[in-house]
Amino acid sequence: MIYLELFTGFLTVGLFSFGGAYGAIPLIRDVVLSYGWLGEEALTDMIAISESTPGPIMVNLATYVGSSKAGIPGGIIATLAVILPAFFIILLIMVLLKKALGNKYVRAILDGLKPCIIGIIAAMGCYMILKNAIPPLMYETPDIWPVIITAILALIYFGTRGIWKKKMSPIMLIVVSAFLGIIIYN
Amino acid sequence: MILTIFLTFAKIGLFTFGGGYAMISIIENICVEQKKWISHDEMMNVTVIAESTPGPIAINCATFVGYKQKGIGGAIAATLGVVLPSFIIIYLISVFWDNFLEIAWVANAFKGIRIAVGILILDAGIKMFLKMEKKALQCFILGCSFTAMLLISFFAWNFSSIFLMLIAAGVSLFTFLIRGESSQKGGEEP
Repeated sequence: MIYLELFTGFLTVGLFSFGGAYGAIPLIRDVVLSYGWLGEEALTDMIAISESTPGPIMVNLATYVGSSKAGIPGGIIATLAVILPAFFIILLIMVLLKKALGNKYVRAILDGLKPCIIGIIAAMGCYMILKNAIPPLMYETPDIWPVIITAILALIYFGTRGIWKKKMSPIMLIVVSAFLGIIIYN
Repeated sequence: MILTIFLTFAKIGLFTFGGGYAMISIIENICVEQKKWISHDEMMNVTVIAESTPGPIAINCATFVGYKQKGIGGAIAATLGVVLPSFIIIYLISVFWDNFLEIAWVANAFKGIRIAVGILILDAGIKMFLKMEKKALQCFILGCSFTAMLLISFFAWNFSSIFLMLIAAGVSLFTFLIRGESSQKGGEEP
């Protein structure tokens, strides 16, 4: 029964994937390959597409696997399965949160978690910027456009704050970056 | 109101490339700065909770903000909203395009978008850092986790960030316990 398999498979993914999709990819691999839903190569392609299309990567993967295996119902079932655990866990936490935040041990743990997560996020940002900019410079015919695009985007995104006191919205930055990519590489 | 929540999160879902970390910047921009649905501190708490609980970070954030605004109904509206655009897009791709990423202009647009995603993620980190309480221990943990995560990413080590978080939580709790005991010995209760 493919629907039930999709549901339990993606429920497992939703339940055990800590720290976002990049951390969850090995788990997703395991589940998808063990059920035999996709081959290794198709899965790699799907991960690339899920990373490049808008929306949460895990949800994209669930939709993709579900709908390619069992049409729209499969897509809906897999998608719901992957989001259900997160949804209920957050609801539960919100009910308990007010009380928990008053607890000094919980606060001590949060005091450690916050800077750690800020560090992780900043590191991910730096890594992604460098990963896009540096390798093309090593090509046989070096491609310096990524460095230039990075400079332009950083300048308009961070620079506009100083000039107009109103910063550019993240959505606008995405739109501009897509246009820059199309104009420069075509 | 429920409809506003749904549409707002559909917009967030539509423009979030590169997963949850990039979404933090967009949610902060829309839900904290524009709509003032939640405060910056709450946003920081959601980020911490989203990172330390299983599931897609975007779903965790959407559920939190939606619930905060309008209870269970709001939580459902926000969660479905954030999922719907990508559901439709992925479904269409899975049906119509086998080689979606090989279409020239799509591939080129992504070369630009990928760079923007890095900038947005770094921006989310910087913003949170600026508003963080800068005590010695906190700065130490931040420095360590930043360096560790960079090394993990560059060398593609198989070390989940969840372990970094467990270590940080442990160190912070341990320090608190030691300090707590020493302050009790000194007889000083704040």
